[in-house]
Amino acid sequence: MNLLHSSIAGTVESSDIQIMISPRKEGIELILESSVLSQYGAQIRKTILEVLKRLDVKNAKVVAVDKGALDCTIKSRVETAVFRAMDQKENLPWEVM
Amino acid sequence: MINQAGREIPDEHLVDGIEVFQGQYYREEYEYKKAGPKVKASIKPKESKLVENLREAILKSELKDGMTVSFHHHFRDGDYVVNMVMDEIHDLGIRDITVCASSLGTAHAPIVRYIEDGTITGISSSGVRGEIGEAISEGKLKNPAYIRCHGGRVRAIETGDIHIDVAFIGAPSSDEYGNARGKGGKSDCGVLSYAMVDAEYADKVVVITDTLAPFPNFPPSIGQQDVDYVVVVPEIGDSKKIANELLRFTTNPRDLMIAEYATKALVNTPYFKDGFSFQTGAGGPSLAVTRFLKPYMIERDIKMGMVVGGATKPMIDLLEEGLIGAIMDAQAFDLPSIASANSHPRHFEISTSQYANPMNKGAFVNKLDYVILGALEVDTDFNVNVITGSDGVVRGAPGGHVDTAAGSKCSIIVAPLVRSRIPTIKDSVITVTTPGESIDIVVTEVGIAINPRRKDLLEALQGIDLPIMTIEELRDEAYRLAGQPSDVLFEDQVVALVEYRDGTLIDVIRKPKKISFDL
Amino acid sequence: MHPGKKRVRRTMMFLNAHRAGLVKDAYIYKPDSVIFDLEDAVAENQKDSARIQLYNTLKYMDYKGTEKLVRINGKESKHWREDVRASVAGGCDGIRIPKCEYRSDVLLVEEEVIKAEKEFKRPIGSTLLMAAIETPMGVINALELAQSSERIFGISIGAGDFMRTMHAKRTAEGYEMLAARSQLVLAARAADVMCFDTVHTDVNDFEGLRKDTELIKNMGFDGKSVVSPKQISVIHKVFSPSEKEIDMAEKVIYGVEEFAKEGVGVFIVDGQMIDIAMVEGARRVIDLAKASGVYGGEL
Repeated sequence: MNLLHSSIAGTVESSDIQIMISPRKEGIELILESSVLSQYGAQIRKTILEVLKRLDVKNAKVVAVDKGALDCTIKSRVETAVFRAMDQKENLPWEVM
Repeated sequence: MINQAGREIPDEHLVDGIEVFQGQYYREEYEYKKAGPKVKASIKPKESKLVENLREAILKSELKDGMTVSFHHHFRDGDYVVNMVMDEIHDLGIRDITVCASSLGTAHAPIVRYIEDGTITGISSSGVRGEIGEAISEGKLKNPAYIRCHGGRVRAIETGDIHIDVAFIGAPSSDEYGNARGKGGKSDCGVLSYAMVDAEYADKVVVITDTLAPFPNFPPSIGQQDVDYVVVVPEIGDSKKIANELLRFTTNPRDLMIAEYATKALVNTPYFKDGFSFQTGAGGPSLAVTRFLKPYMIERDIKMGMVVGGATKPMIDLLEEGLIGAIMDAQAFDLPSIASANSHPRHFEISTSQYANPMNKGAFVNKLDYVILGALEVDTDFNVNVITGSDGVVRGAPGGHVDTAAGSKCSIIVAPLVRSRIPTIKDSVITVTTPGESIDIVVTEVGIAINPRRKDLLEALQGIDLPIMTIEELRDEAYRLAGQPSDVLFEDQVVALVEYRDGTLIDVIRKPKKISFDL
Repeated sequence: MHPGKKRVRRTMMFLNAHRAGLVKDAYIYKPDSVIFDLEDAVAENQKDSARIQLYNTLKYMDYKGTEKLVRINGKESKHWREDVRASVAGGCDGIRIPKCEYRSDVLLVEEEVIKAEKEFKRPIGSTLLMAAIETPMGVINALELAQSSERIFGISIGAGDFMRTMHAKRTAEGYEMLAARSQLVLAARAADVMCFDTVHTDVNDFEGLRKDTELIKNMGFDGKSVVSPKQISVIHKVFSPSEKEIDMAEKVIYGVEEFAKEGVGVFIVDGQMIDIAMVEGARRVIDLAKASGVYGGEL
């Protein structure tokens, strides 16, 4: 899956995470800022990378600003950003997500 | 050496008779001779102790490099005194000062530059909020900071562990001879409890006021017999931030749920009978408990015999309705409490020593039945952390937490299970402030855990319609929601010492490691 | 019959499916059902985001037995079909269809639901439906809507613009809602489905809420929608049976059982005539009592 353009999803409200994603030539670049970095930084990174892998996104730059989002929300916002970056609004592959 | 709370205290801090924590009542019957100030007699009559300005007062007090100054925090976030005095001390070129404050907050951020440039090399305080906490955690203070709870600070001063050279006491009103009160000025704070021990034990005492009252300004919280100089300044603080207009009742449904469970648990314990004594904080759920107790009290015809404050409006209301016998006040939080202090015949100002000193002949916390407290973290041993944040940076304050938990018959923690992904209930707290043996009940919106040590409370609450769980089950639920947290990583450098109320060391705080998860 | 069709539904709490802070643990407030809203609460440019969060919340969060319903967008929107796919794929308990007026409105959605159950391998028939009525025409067709599909577990009246459409004025006694509420409860009982009352929008008016809830409970309604957790305990208290009611319900159930053994179908308890027709009502009382946490018996 290749991203067509950059996109943004989520908010910086408490318990949410804002994901900005943009196309990149090769590989994944991640910049992570979080209000819970010490205790959940590793887990947040793991979740973001897992979702990208599952959606077969191999090349992207992700800037994440986290305010204590649970894994479920992190997954949602990354997925939303990816599908927006590919202009896909319907017929999402729910069974793989 | 590992102490009784399971924490490692590096040997280099166990000098000069300092011991590790060995239990909440370890120092029962500890005997000592009280310390005392050096006093210069004032035999020749003089009309006034007024000096021109702060600079004069500091010069006359003979403050020198390496000495200790003290402040109270009755002006909370509206305080101007600490910054004013430290500015002057700095400008006079005096260095290597230890600041012994009852608490420091966000209003005192300007003194961070004095920490950085070596004007201040030591701090003793309950609160280390905001930028001061960050500076301490970064290791900018030359000597490790001492975190002391309210009772512990008084003990340290009265036993001589700390010697105050010059006490600076901000007062809403004072006469020219030094009789200072918490009322009668432009920015009243109600009581001056924290400053009383400073006035009695410091070598030199400077009263700073913005309202000169006619002599004698009686009855005084701080007496003329202890005061050396009086300075009048334009403003001692921002009155809007000193007294909350009205502490807002929380409408947060989560806080209300927690308060309802806490109240229901409380009224089903054996101490809930006519004349019971009570203390609570000013946070959301804590304040709501005061409100929720009322219908139960009326239904069972039970009155509170004594409330120990922090006083707030809900308490004043109960007092005026005749549902409280007396309020013993060490801090007034809002305008109604300030007005009531020392005016209502049953609302009394007490000193912090009377309130919580563990080493006098009996403090008010020992007569408490219930105390409602908050917590940043609680672990499966019921230890509580109210000092370090989830990132390991110092940002809280023990206040009266340690003292009231140790003294009360039933201490109740009220806290949400998870705060913005950070579990409140976990395997091990980052910093032990209050030891688990002092904590009896933990109430969250998901469930209530009772300390297994308290079989009597477990029995009392059996069969009551409450979600009773074990502390491990609460932790499991927190981790299930938020995920298992990684341990916060620290360097070796000790930046602060956490002193238990009796003078032993219960934990140390180190400098957090810088981390990044960027790819 | 679907096992969840007649469960206790005193409160149904609306949640904006886009708001992370709300969906993470809404179940702690113990509503009987939650309604994840993809419709009115969600801004047009966040419909996709809400839908994805809805799916993940349904699929991966443990809501501890709280029923999970979804309010999809209306048939005029371009969103509703994908809403259905996401809801069924995530495993929701039911779908609330907004602005229902005719049988065909329900059947349109049902067709999409069947497609999705097949696509995502959910048991056919596992997704319940609910018809939300918001217009005078919908009220008039309440019976038709209630009977439109086996999947319909209930119908609800949503006030919203309703009062203005009716040219009615708000009254203390609730006359402005009288016509709609009467029609609804009649239709629901005739079709043997549940019926639910509208949201009380002034979230800090607890006395008004209590009065309103008493009124609709006495009319025969099964529950009420809520927008704030603070409203839940007020409504639950109203629906909580009294000790007397619980006592009578037990007597009915045990009594019918006992007397049936002797071949007796009608008997007297506390001066009241009891027969087997009353058992269903008695069971409803016991279910409500259990849900309210006030039942200590063995039924």
